[in-house]
Amino acid sequence: MLKPIITMRGMYKRFPGVLANDNIDMDIYPGEIHALLGENGSGKSTLMCVLSGLYKPDGGTICVEGEEKRFRSPRDAIACGIGMVHQHFKLVEPFSVAENIAMSGQHGSFMLSTEKMTADIAELGDKYGLAIKPEASVWQLSVGEKQRVEIVRMLYHGSRVLILDEPTAVLTPQEAAEMFKTLRKMAADGCAIVFITHKLNEVYELADRVTVLRGGRVTGVLGRNELDTKKLVWMMVGRDVVSQYERGVMPEGRPVLEVQKAVAFNDMGMYGLKDLSLTINEGEIFGIAGVAGNGQRELAEVITGLRRVADGTIRLYDEDVTNSRPADMIARGVSYVPEDRLGVGLVPELSVLENLLLKSYQQPEFSGRWLLDSKAIKERAAKLVKEYKVKVSSLDQPVKMLSGGHLQRLLLAREIAEKPKLMVVVYPARGLDVGATEAVHRLLLDLKAEKTAVLLISEDLDEIMKLADRVGVLYNGRLVGEFPVEEADIERIGLLMAGSGTEGGEADAYQI
Amino acid sequence: MRIRFEKRLAPSPLMTVAVPVVSVILALLFCAAFLALTGRHPFELYFAMLEGALGSAYGLSETTVKAIPLMLCGLGISLAFRMQLWNIGAEGQFYLGAFAATWVPLTFPDLPVFIMLPMMLLLGMAAGALWALGPAYLKVKWRVNEIITTLMLNYVGILLVNYFVYGPWRDPKGFNFPLTAEFPPAALLPTFGGSRIHVGLLLALALVVLFIVIFRNSRWGYEIKVIGSSERAARYAGMDIKRNMLLVMALSGAVCGLAGMTEVSGIAGRLQPGLSPGYGYTAIIVAWLARLNPVAIVLVAGMFGVLQVGGYIVQTFGVPASMVAMIQGAVLFFVIGGEMFANYRVVFPNSKGAEKADE
Repeated sequence: MLKPIITMRGMYKRFPGVLANDNIDMDIYPGEIHALLGENGSGKSTLMCVLSGLYKPDGGTICVEGEEKRFRSPRDAIACGIGMVHQHFKLVEPFSVAENIAMSGQHGSFMLSTEKMTADIAELGDKYGLAIKPEASVWQLSVGEKQRVEIVRMLYHGSRVLILDEPTAVLTPQEAAEMFKTLRKMAADGCAIVFITHKLNEVYELADRVTVLRGGRVTGVLGRNELDTKKLVWMMVGRDVVSQYERGVMPEGRPVLEVQKAVAFNDMGMYGLKDLSLTINEGEIFGIAGVAGNGQRELAEVITGLRRVADGTIRLYDEDVTNSRPADMIARGVSYVPEDRLGVGLVPELSVLENLLLKSYQQPEFSGRWLLDSKAIKERAAKLVKEYKVKVSSLDQPVKMLSGGHLQRLLLAREIAEKPKLMVVVYPARGLDVGATEAVHRLLLDLKAEKTAVLLISEDLDEIMKLADRVGVLYNGRLVGEFPVEEADIERIGLLMAGSGTEGGEADAYQI
Repeated sequence: MRIRFEKRLAPSPLMTVAVPVVSVILALLFCAAFLALTGRHPFELYFAMLEGALGSAYGLSETTVKAIPLMLCGLGISLAFRMQLWNIGAEGQFYLGAFAATWVPLTFPDLPVFIMLPMMLLLGMAAGALWALGPAYLKVKWRVNEIITTLMLNYVGILLVNYFVYGPWRDPKGFNFPLTAEFPPAALLPTFGGSRIHVGLLLALALVVLFIVIFRNSRWGYEIKVIGSSERAARYAGMDIKRNMLLVMALSGAVCGLAGMTEVSGIAGRLQPGLSPGYGYTAIIVAWLARLNPVAIVLVAGMFGVLQVGGYIVQTFGVPASMVAMIQGAVLFFVIGGEMFANYRVVFPNSKGAEKADE
């Protein structure tokens, strides 16, 4: 029997307010691809950050090939052959690829031998099919290329254990397939691979073994031949998740939002949206499916006035509101629950009271021309907190102290209190546990019952199938498919998400 | 045993008060060591400073006189700091305020007092505001770092004043000293009793009240707070960030300009080089030490007034006046170092592995 290269016993890591890892054991064998599965917030990344020396554990031991190690920094972990590719790449943008790779090195002399490094990098790249140009500057690279640089960097420094944190989240399906090939090749060479994921299909496709975490504890370890969807879901979530919500019949309402041929640029100055058109009616939930980074953020921001469209029109109840200011869109009854709750939707340092005021501080109910009416503000805040069951110790508590689920409740409470005509929600259940997710979903269905039009942008197909009346697929800034939910078929949506329309490809699909 | 620092979920209220107080004490002890090295008795010196600054009507008056510009500049700075706009240019805005105010009596020496003083006040504030608006505009337009621009404009402002008092505005009857002519009585701020304390003090206190209202209970204060905490959230809430940046910087500069006006009109009675012994810079320490709280700014400014006047007094003992700068620096050093205790807890694990937190 093979000996594990890494043994972790009783790993324990606490952050203020949360127990991220609670007595976790894990073994990693050379030559295996080991999936670390769990919901957001289950402690997967924390555990791997501990293993790669980025966090210091509060308890537990890590043994590398049977020898106990204490990592004071990622440098120590790299020296033991453990390398991690983080979800947010740790690269210095203005530096070249070779310089970035040299950075975490400790072997070699004081002087860098550029030629030798370049040659070594090219050789490694060839060996595993990781094409990268050592002399290119990192800021010029695409996300997929950056990821390859990170992987090559770890290989260059002799990693025998390679950890990847949700590697496919930023990749197109083709890029992901390429990467899977690379990973298999590396495993065949005796490298141990740990990849963090919350997607079951990736586990099936790639993993030799899977460790499932829930709430900071290990809930199960399965080998490849023991994989079973129902079992995995149970381990991950702690209950069945197929619950279906009662849904009203699709109502025939007036169109609320009409987006026509919208073109917008993303922060990098590239096309974020290309000729995107969609219509949402009163009392309708329109679900947008798609891999993250295909224009979701741009779409939400264009509608809420936070990003300008370069071309196309946006109409709200038949009025042209193209490129209106955010304040105007708020005044017209557009509410927005952004992807980044703490930082955009809420101000972490400010109190519950002040955060609830964010959208209404100019309304005559709560303020005069100059001064705020603190009594009215307090009364309403207390009412909202009670009505939406937000758990707070006081209204003066800074919101950064609230848990994820209650943050989302607070945000929804404020946005719903505005009695919106149109509600834009992005990844509403991301990072929430099952109970909180359900509460959030109920709130959205209640909104629908009040004839609000809802644009639901989500990466979770189940969520969309459960809530939406109509489904559109966002791919590369375009809406490449649109169907009523009854006709929607997960497989077809999956294909569209991956950029391969079933009948005649993209051009056809986008005429819909 | 390993001592750990653990981030607090919220800054400890006890520590927010304790840190500045303890820092001041530590700074005094720290400087006492240096004073002792020079062969003097440090606590005797401290006592002499205190007595000199507070022990007589003259000392009290001088202390207040020094505290007024610190209060005004500190208040002005605090406004910008609340929005995370780092206006380091109070010194230049102070000089510009003094400069513009001086233009009035030099050009129209015969104006009656009820026109003269308000005009000096308004022009002084306008000039300070303009001096701050330049950097604000550059920041809004091209994201130019305001720390650099406001700082650089200090030198421009100071040299501008120098140019005028050495050149066109030099008093022809002034024996070639770089001074403007003395202001006519109508251009001098009224003072209290026989002291040198001028009505600038009342203006500062009025501003304190105004600032409290703005920050506690006004729509605009709320906007400043949100923008200062998270610009992205402010944009999301539909706030006009650029307009607020310009407004806040202008007002911040106007208050610092007001400080310059009151100084030239209430104390100096003429424009001269070196009108400010670095009030605009010291005020940064004042504002920071007071955690941008208006009432605390008045108290801290008073304390720094004591330091300044006490510093002059102990010069008669043969101690260099720069000792004051040393104490000021040490205070800031300890305050910034002490911030850690407000935001982190010290955790001492005991032998059994259980942890005991130290508040």
